[in-house]
Amino acid sequence: MNAVVKPKTNAKSNPVMKFIYHFASPKHFYRISGKLIPWLGWLAAILIIVGSIDGLFFAPVDYQQGDSYRIIFVHVPAAWMSMFIYMVMATAGAIGLIWKIKLADVIASSSAPIGAAFTFLALVTGSIWGKPMWGAWWVWDARLTAELILLFLYLGYMALESAIEDPRAAARACAILAIVGVINIPIIHYSVEWWNTLHQGATVTKFDKPSIHISMLIPLLLMALGFKLYYATVVLIRARNKVLYAEQNNRWVKEIVKENS
Amino acid sequence: MYNAFFSLVKRDLRLAFRHKSEILNPLFFFVIVVTLFPLGISPEKQTLAEIGPGIIWVAALLASMLSLDSLFRSDFDDGTLELMLLSEYPLSILVLGKIIVHWLITGFPIIIFSPLLGTVMFLSNDAIETLMITLLLGTPILSLIGAIGMALVVALKRGGMLLSLLVLPLYIPVLIFSSNAVGSSMAGLSISGQLYFLAAFLIFCITLAPIATSAALRVSLE
Repeated sequence: MNAVVKPKTNAKSNPVMKFIYHFASPKHFYRISGKLIPWLGWLAAILIIVGSIDGLFFAPVDYQQGDSYRIIFVHVPAAWMSMFIYMVMATAGAIGLIWKIKLADVIASSSAPIGAAFTFLALVTGSIWGKPMWGAWWVWDARLTAELILLFLYLGYMALESAIEDPRAAARACAILAIVGVINIPIIHYSVEWWNTLHQGATVTKFDKPSIHISMLIPLLLMALGFKLYYATVVLIRARNKVLYAEQNNRWVKEIVKENS
Repeated sequence: MYNAFFSLVKRDLRLAFRHKSEILNPLFFFVIVVTLFPLGISPEKQTLAEIGPGIIWVAALLASMLSLDSLFRSDFDDGTLELMLLSEYPLSILVLGKIIVHWLITGFPIIIFSPLLGTVMFLSNDAIETLMITLLLGTPILSLIGAIGMALVVALKRGGMLLSLLVLPLYIPVLIFSSNAVGSSMAGLSISGQLYFLAAFLIFCITLAPIATSAALRVSLE
C-alpha cells in the first residue's frame, strides 16, 4: 500500500499516464460519455428486446422443465452481472486508490447500486424459478446463499459510502472494502458450496442441467450482452451526474449549465 | 522494531487489565447469548446437542465483533493512533500487535470458557475438544478481519451497526467450517479437512489483514 503515498512526481511525465489522466479528466469524460450514452442505450434496448422475444417465443421448450425454464434469460445474465459489477467496482476502486484517478472512484461508487439491483434481481428470479422447480420459494442452495451474501457485501459497501461525509475519504474507504470483499468472494463461495454438499447430501435439489442447446444459448447471450450494455449506459449516466455535482464550481460546468438553461 | 512491537503489546495488555470490564464483558455476553437458546428453543438434550456447535460459534462471533470497538477507539480518541501513524515503524506491524492483544483479551477467555458451555449444550467430549481447537484457530481470524472493518469505521460517530454490516459477511467461512467441524466430530467423522482450511485461512489473514487494516486507518485518519 506504499504506492498510495507518492505516485505524483513522475506519474504525470510518463506519456501513457499523461494520456490516461487527460482522458480521465472530468471535462473530457463528460463530453465523451455524452456521445456514447445514446449508442450504448439503444444497443442495449435492441439486444434486450430481441433477446427476450427470441427467448420467450422462439427458443424450444425444455423437455424437463417445460416453459418455466425461460426465466433463465433474465436470471442467469443478472447473476453474471452481479459478480461482474463487483469486480468492476473493486478494480475501479483499486485504480482510484493507487493512481488517484477521481473518475475511477466515481465509476466504483456509481456501480454499487446497479450491482446490488442485479443481485437482487438474480435472487428474486431465482426464487420465482425455484417455486415450480423445487416446490419452495427459498432453498439453502449453495449458489443462492452465495448470491445472498454478495448482496450483503453490496449493502455494506453502500452503507459505508453513505456513512462517510467526505467523498474522497468515502471513495478510498470503500475501495479498501471492495478489495477485501473481492479476495473473500471465492473463499465464501467455496465454503458455502462445501457447507451445502455436506448438509444436504442426497436431498440436494439441484437438477441435472442438460448442456444447453444452441437455440437457447443465442437468446441467453443476447440478453447477457444487452444487460452489460445496459449497465454501461446507466453507470455512465450516474457517473456524469456525479462528475457534474463534484465539479459544480468549475467554469466548464457553469458554461454547460448556462447553455442548457 | 521488535522493541516497538513488544512495548505496544505490553502497554495494551496493561491498559486492558486496568479496565477489567473490557475482558469480562465480551465473556459475559458470550455466556448469556448461549444461555438464551435453550430457553428460547427447548431444553431437550438431543435438540441442544444438534444446534449447540452452531450456537456457541455464533455467540463467539458476535462477542468478538462487539468487542472490536476496544481495538482502536480509545487510541483514536486520545490521538495515540495518529502518533502510531507518524512513527518510523511500519504501521502494519503495530496494528498486528494491537490485534494480538485484542485476541488475547477477548478470544482467549472465550476458548477457556468454551468447554463449560459445550457441556451445558450436551456436546460429547470429542466435540468439546474440537470446539476448542476450532476456536483457537478461528477467533484470531475474527480479530484480524474485524480489525479491517473497525479501521474503516473508527472515525465515524455511529459506526457500531455499520461495523456489523461490513464484518459479518466476511466471517461466514469461519462459521461454516468451525461449526461443521464440531458437528462432524460429534458424528465421529474426520475433521482434518476443516481444520486445515481454518489454519490456511488464519495464515492468509495474518499475512494480509494487517496491511489492509493499516491502509484503512490511513484513510480514516486523514
